[in-house]
Amino acid sequence: MPEQLLFAMEVTLNGLMAGVLYALVALGFVLIFKASGIFNYAQGVMALFAALTLVGIQQGQVPFAHLINAVFGTEVHHFPWQVPSLIAIVLAAGVMILFAWIVEKYVLQHLIGQPDIILFMATIGLAYFMEGFGDIMWGSDIKKLDVGLPQGMNATIDQVTFDWFGYGFFIDNLDIVAAIVASLLVAALTIFSQYSKQGRALRAVADDHSAALSVGISLRFIWVLVWSIAGFVALVAGIMWGAKSGVQFSLSLIALKALPVLMLGGFTSIPGAIVGGLIIGVGEQLFEFTIGPMIGGATQNWFAYVLALIFLIFRPQGLFGEKIIERV
Amino acid sequence: MTTTTDINADSYVTADGRTIGPVVMDMKNITLRFGGVVAIKDISFDIREGEIRAIIGPNGAGKSSMLNVISGFYKPQEGEVWFRGEKRPPMKPYQVARQGLARTFQNIALFDGMTVLDNIMTGRLNHMKANLLQQAIWKGKAEREEIANREICEKVIDFLEIQHIRKTPVGRLPYGLKKRVELARALAAQPSLLLLDEPMAGMNVEEKEDMSRFILDMNDEFGTTIALIEHDMGVVMDLSDRVVVMDYGKKIGDGTPDEVRNNQDVIDAYLGVAHD
Repeated sequence: MPEQLLFAMEVTLNGLMAGVLYALVALGFVLIFKASGIFNYAQGVMALFAALTLVGIQQGQVPFAHLINAVFGTEVHHFPWQVPSLIAIVLAAGVMILFAWIVEKYVLQHLIGQPDIILFMATIGLAYFMEGFGDIMWGSDIKKLDVGLPQGMNATIDQVTFDWFGYGFFIDNLDIVAAIVASLLVAALTIFSQYSKQGRALRAVADDHSAALSVGISLRFIWVLVWSIAGFVALVAGIMWGAKSGVQFSLSLIALKALPVLMLGGFTSIPGAIVGGLIIGVGEQLFEFTIGPMIGGATQNWFAYVLALIFLIFRPQGLFGEKIIERV
Repeated sequence: MTTTTDINADSYVTADGRTIGPVVMDMKNITLRFGGVVAIKDISFDIREGEIRAIIGPNGAGKSSMLNVISGFYKPQEGEVWFRGEKRPPMKPYQVARQGLARTFQNIALFDGMTVLDNIMTGRLNHMKANLLQQAIWKGKAEREEIANREICEKVIDFLEIQHIRKTPVGRLPYGLKKRVELARALAAQPSLLLLDEPMAGMNVEEKEDMSRFILDMNDEFGTTIALIEHDMGVVMDLSDRVVVMDYGKKIGDGTPDEVRNNQDVIDAYLGVAHD
């Protein structure tokens, strides 16, 4: 096989892997949008906050250390222990559930029946609040996240492809893990929302609040549930992205990458988030590889948005989004 | 149980052979205010098991407010709601629904994105007891439950004659059918009290006749207790066992259709009264 084609295949594979990571972020948006019709602007910051919390717990950081030191003139920074990765992940998930409960009680509760735009604005406020709160709680320095996920080139794939084609593919181990985790997550969430009692209740709440109440669905419970799940998805996304590029403020900007994915896949579809993510991931890489050199490169910054825009013209509800039904 | 036709007895048998039982829902001196506006003023009435109870009145009389008080959507400032012989503490609508009250809405509240069948299945949510783990495994309890609930829904679908639209997303249906699907969802819950908010609003004569037939059959076949709101006097008089008449938030009449028809206050409210 010609060198060029092999290289294109490698780029495609890497694109798929990157796409999975985009999809992970998009997934959180879809969940909350499905259940409450809110575009949760804070999803990216939730991923950042979850990752910060995970690293903080793992390294035994004292929460609010700066604040405590400044007020009491003490010098505390770390507890004398380190927490194993798995326990830290469970604890961080617990924090995200607590966070979901607080959001429901102090924000959403008071906005029942308000127009969607009000709720959207509330999530913007929430995003900025969490960003600052995360800083105060865990400090604003760049942190390294290591939960023992394999990193670096996968030697087996490199070896096998080299034997077959005489050209070794470079695939990052972390990307492979991310792909597996994302597939499992999507399968579980799809089954949950389609076939479980809570899933049906969740879809009901998304459609009509009064009707949901009238059949005995507790809005509070469903909202806490869905924000908890979104928090958990944010944690997973935070771990993957954090392990890749460190835990820092820019992590919250991955939310911007999720936007075109959502437009492509549809705001209401879990499989759509995945397919959208993959298309954008691959498209981005291939475009950069083929067209990029002709126009000076750095196409990754805008390619996804242009693709989404073109898509909007032909299929505004996205690939898998619910068809917009309107009777006149 | 004594069989008598005295409508004040504990239970009695109607002319068409249905048994009317003791009081299920008792509203005592309900007053509901929105700011300075008094929507309901000191109203008391009861609903008995197995009966079709109508609440009628001109527009703005406070009928829908009353229904919303019963179903927990509004909280009255004064008065007590007694359900099955017990005073009901302040409750959220979903808690009221879990007690066995189902309702429909004046402006149809359905889950537009879901199919008719899925909509009706939501009516069974409170009858599903399997936990998440059992549902995930999808064997044993969860599976049996889903099948049993599905059967009940299919019965309701047959009963309301909506088999042909089972898999259609509700958003695509015309108005009359949506009303029927909403009724189906409420009926699927097998409620001990079914509240219908203007079930015939905006329907043509034929649809109204269908709906009347369904209401009568529901009551007759399943023994469902029904409280309904209408402002079309004619329909109500044919359907109901007893009628409450409201006007400007006050109760101006209560009794059998015949009693109400001959009540001077009711006639004045509906036809207007000459001021001299």
